[in-house]
Parts: sequence; C-alpha cells; structure tokens
Amino acid sequence: MFKTFKKTISLIAAFLMLGSVSVKADILVASAGPMSGQYASFGAQLKAGAEMWLKDVNARGGINGEKVKLVIGDDACDPKQAVAVANKFAGQGVAYVAGHFCSGSSIPASKVYTEEGIIQVSPASTNPAFTDKGGPNVFRVCGRDDQQGEVAGAFLAKEYAGKKVAIIHDKTAYGKGLADATRKNMKKAGLKDAMYEAITAGEKDYSALVSKLKSNNIDAIYLGGYHTEAGLIVRQMRDQGMSTKLVSGDALVTAEYWDITGNAGEGTLMTFSPDPRNNPEAAPLVKKFKAAGIEPEGYVLYSYAALEVFEQAALDAGSTDYKKVLKAMKNNKFKTVLGVLSFDKKGDVTLPGYVFYEWKNGNYKQL
Amino acid sequence: MEYFIQQLINGITLGSIYGLIAIGYTMVYGIIGMINFAHGDIFMIGAFIALIALILFGLTGIALPIVLFLVLLITMLFTACYGWSVEKLAYKPLRGSFRLAPLISALGMSIVLQNYVQVSQGARVKPLQPLITGGLEFFKDSEFIVTVSFLQIFIVILTIILMSMFTILITKTDLGRAQRACEQDRTMTSLLGINVDRTISITFILGSSLASVAGMMFVLYYGVIDFYIGFLAGVKAFTAAVLGGIGSLPGAMLGGLLIGLIETMWSGYISIEYKDVAAFSVLIITLIFFPTGFLGKPDIEKV
Repeated sequence: MFKTFKKTISLIAAFLMLGSVSVKADILVASAGPMSGQYASFGAQLKAGAEMWLKDVNARGGINGEKVKLVIGDDACDPKQAVAVANKFAGQGVAYVAGHFCSGSSIPASKVYTEEGIIQVSPASTNPAFTDKGGPNVFRVCGRDDQQGEVAGAFLAKEYAGKKVAIIHDKTAYGKGLADATRKNMKKAGLKDAMYEAITAGEKDYSALVSKLKSNNIDAIYLGGYHTEAGLIVRQMRDQGMSTKLVSGDALVTAEYWDITGNAGEGTLMTFSPDPRNNPEAAPLVKKFKAAGIEPEGYVLYSYAALEVFEQAALDAGSTDYKKVLKAMKNNKFKTVLGVLSFDKKGDVTLPGYVFYEWKNGNYKQL
Repeated sequence: MEYFIQQLINGITLGSIYGLIAIGYTMVYGIIGMINFAHGDIFMIGAFIALIALILFGLTGIALPIVLFLVLLITMLFTACYGWSVEKLAYKPLRGSFRLAPLISALGMSIVLQNYVQVSQGARVKPLQPLITGGLEFFKDSEFIVTVSFLQIFIVILTIILMSMFTILITKTDLGRAQRACEQDRTMTSLLGINVDRTISITFILGSSLASVAGMMFVLYYGVIDFYIGFLAGVKAFTAAVLGGIGSLPGAMLGGLLIGLIETMWSGYISIEYKDVAAFSVLIITLIFFPTGFLGKPDIEKV
C-alpha cells in the first residue's frame, strides 16, 4: 500500500517536472492592468489587444520558432497589487510585460522589472516620471502628460481667456500629474486657474464640489482623473442645473464613460493621441477586431502595438535574451499598427502628440 | 446664504443615506453587542438587487411609481434573506463564544459577499440612467439658484418615515420590548418565554431591509454602483453609528446627518481634499469627551 503510494507520488512529481519544463520552452509575455475594480474597462482593452496579438503571432509561427504564451496580471490599479503582480511575473520567468495601465501602478512595478531584467512597455501610462525616473528597460508607446498638459493648457487658455477655469484632480499619480501639467501650461499661456481642488477616487457623492463650482461661476473644469469620477461629476453638475464644460485627459477613452453619463456627457472634451483606428495601415486589424466582436477603442491597439514591438525586437535580436532585445529596442524602428515608431533615450515613443476629441451621441470624434 | 442652503441640502441627503445604513449597525450592536461589519456589504447587495429589479421591471413598461414600489418590496425581501442567512451562517454558531469570534467572522463575511458579487456580477461599474429627473428651484432672482431634485426630497422623506416607524416599533410594540429585553439580559429573557434566536433573526431581517432601502436610494440617486461601494459607505455609516452613540436609534440618524453635514460643509467652505480628515477628527474629539457617543448609554463592557 505504502509502496504504491510512494510510486504514485513520484510519478506525479515526475509529471509536474515535465510540465514545468515544457512551459519553460515557450516564450512568456505578460499583459498587466486593472482587470478588476472600477477601471476594469481599461484592463479589458489591454487584454483584448494582447490576446489578438497572441493569436496573430502564433499563427505567424511564434518568435524565432518558439511558441508564445500570454499571462494576464490584474493590478486593480492599486500600486501594492501591481508590485505583487510584477514579482509573480518575475517568478514565472516572463520575458516581456506590456503594461500596466495606471501610472500609479506602472511606476512601482517598473522597479521590480528593472531589478529582475524584464522589459516593460506600457501602452497607456502617461505620467512623465514613469520614463524619466525609470530604468533602461522601461518604455511606453503612448504620450506623456507634459505633452498632454501642454495641449490642454493652451486650449483652455485660448478658449476660456478671461473666463473661470477650475482644475481638479483625483490625487493619483496620473490624475495629479496631468492636472498640474495642464495648470502650469495654462498659466504660461496667460490664464490663472480660478479654483484648484482634489477629490477622492472611488467616491460617488460630488454634490458639494458641484455646488462649490456653481457658486464660483466656473465656466469650464479640467479634471485629471478617470472616467468613473468624470462621469459622476458631469451627471451631478447637470442635476444641479449647470452647463459647465468638462475637459479631461486620455482616461476617458472608453464607451463606459457614456454608459455612466448618458446624455449628460454630450460635449465633454478630452485629449488623446490621434486615433489609430483611422490609420490606413491599421484597417485590416480593425476589421479583424470588429469581426471578433471587439471595438478597438481607446488603448486596445496600443496594447497590440506594445507587443508588436517586442516581436520585432526579439526577431531582430534572434533571441529573447534581455540584453539583446533591449539593444534592438533602443536602436531599431518598428512597424506597428500605430505607425512606424522608435524610442528615444528615456524610452518615450516618437509618435505625434495629442489632439482634442469631443463626446457626441455615445462616441468620441476628433475636433 | 443661498450657497449655504444648497450645501445643507447636499449634506442632509448624504447624511440620510448614511443614517439608514447606520441604523443596521446600531440595532445589531444593541441586541447582541457585536459590530456587524458585513452590514455595508448587505447594503451593496441591496443596491445590486435594486438595479437588477429596476432593469427587469423597466422592460415591462409598467408606470414608474408602481415599478418603484415593486422594486422596493422585492429588494427588501431578497436583501432580508441575505441578512438572515448571514446571521444563521456566520454569527449564530458563534453565539456564546468569546467576544471577538463573531467580529472576525463578520469581517470574513464582508469579504465573502464582496467577492461573491465581484465574481457573479463582474468587477466593472454598473450604471443606471436617471429615472426620476427634475426638481425644484429656489431663489431664482439671486445669483445662486438653489436646486432640490425630487429624488433628494424623496430620500429625506422616506428616511423620516422609516425612522419614525422603527422608533415606534422599538418603543411601543411587543417585538420592540422583546428586543430591548434581549439587549439587557439574554438568559433572563429566554427564561421569561421569549424566543431569543427568533428575536435576533428578526433584528437582522429589519436591519438588512433598511440597508436595502438605502441601497436602492443609492442606485437611483448616484446611478453608478460597483461591488466596492459597501466598504466605503459601511465605514462612514459605522462611524456615524459610533458618533451618535452605538446602540441608540436616534443616535444613528443624528450621527449620519452629522457626518454628512461635516463632509459637505468642510468641502464647501474649506477644502474637499481634507473632508475625510475633518469627519474623522470630529469623531475622535467627540469620543474623547463623550466616550459613548452623543446619545449612547454608558456601558461597562465594550469591545
């Protein structure tokens, strides 16, 4: 009895070892973002892009003849959980991470990736500190908040010259960074903010803020924050009979914003990079996404592009060795769904900056 | 002045919702001397059931007032079932155990409920388009027009009605007498022929249905819910219950209103960034001078 038990155990152990060996033979890449929590719609965007790329790359025969496997990490946009996810990836032997979404998660996670020798390319984290203070392994395929703030600040100073603009942020790395960048650029262009306030993300009651805006006769508010808070603020402004314009950043590029606001969201302005969906080279891929029932809105194609970069760099380097891929990433130009791109010394992407979009009838259109 | 009135209205509405949740904390504490940390999540479950029922009935095309009434009944019924089951599963087996055991089990239940909703309903926010729109406007001649939405009026009136009903229930009826007796001495109460277990179950059912009303108000008023709302609202409501004096029904309402008003007034006149700091500082200062809250009775054995 005991002998058979021992045999079974050793057999199982042998199987497990075989299993882990065969896993090691594949190339592991990861996609990380808020798969749960209130920003889960963005996590879904990143995941959709990554999964489509996975299908495509394995159909092309993998990278250097090896099959690619995708692991998904859920950081819920929480800095602590992001570090845990990063450590888990390191333990699994992930070679490349396309993530995370929130700057507040990407920045602490990047420290782990730098230590462990994993390349990180964020499709969406726009806070300047991410690449400014990040290691040599840190890249992004999206813009920076100082660029975004420049566009937004100049726009506000021009459109609302002599009027009252309130700047509001949600105390997160992304929200505060963006709001401050916009405030600085607005001041430079000659308009001082009439109000500067901070809200708490995750709350639902912004009626006190709305009344305060109303009593100060604010003409436009600029919000550094995510779509859930933006949606609630707009809704509660319209409830109190205010027609104040909401201007915000790239964290509103999800259809979920309209689900929250309904018609109250009409006319909301936001900055985002030129929509890659309009890129003629992206047309076949956009069609493929739509055939799969996914609208490649917001950051879906950015997530796809971040992985394309890895694929091309690894093919060029002839392996997935950290140093070789890193060298290829620094020196090469990449043909992606976002267009031809390369990275500067810091790891920022050389792509056109930000333009304004307006929410109309449930969709966003470039101004 | 108009601005002050507007913030007052904002604060009272917020405070009413806190108060409705706080009553659940206070009733359970009053009767078994335990803080039911899962109560905030019962509120969240109530909000989800209300949302599901609203969408289901919204499809049938019945007139809105009837829909709201039906949804209210269904939400209270189902949420009460949840509250009852939580008590049966997590607290009843631990009755008579040491004091911390049900407290830990309550924290566990809170996590279970949160994850259950996260898994079954998804982690994304659930929006609902406004059903009751419009409102009244005052001081139309002045620079600042005060607006009160019909929903805000509805919330405050409903809270007042429910509060009065519960006060009468506790002070005037047989059930209320049984509850107060359980609070004082459970052994003696059972010797006198009162079914203690049933009384406690009923308390949980009542507390949960009140939380479900708050949940439904929350869905209608804010229009956005997620599985995490129970935690935030629960912490605030628990604070309200402690501030007003835990175990006291009018205290819960007073505490709720106070927290709501402090938050909005601080946001309105000083800084939104530090409103939670303000609310909790008031709690600490109050507890230094009134250790049992404003309306609480002195009690020797507390957690």
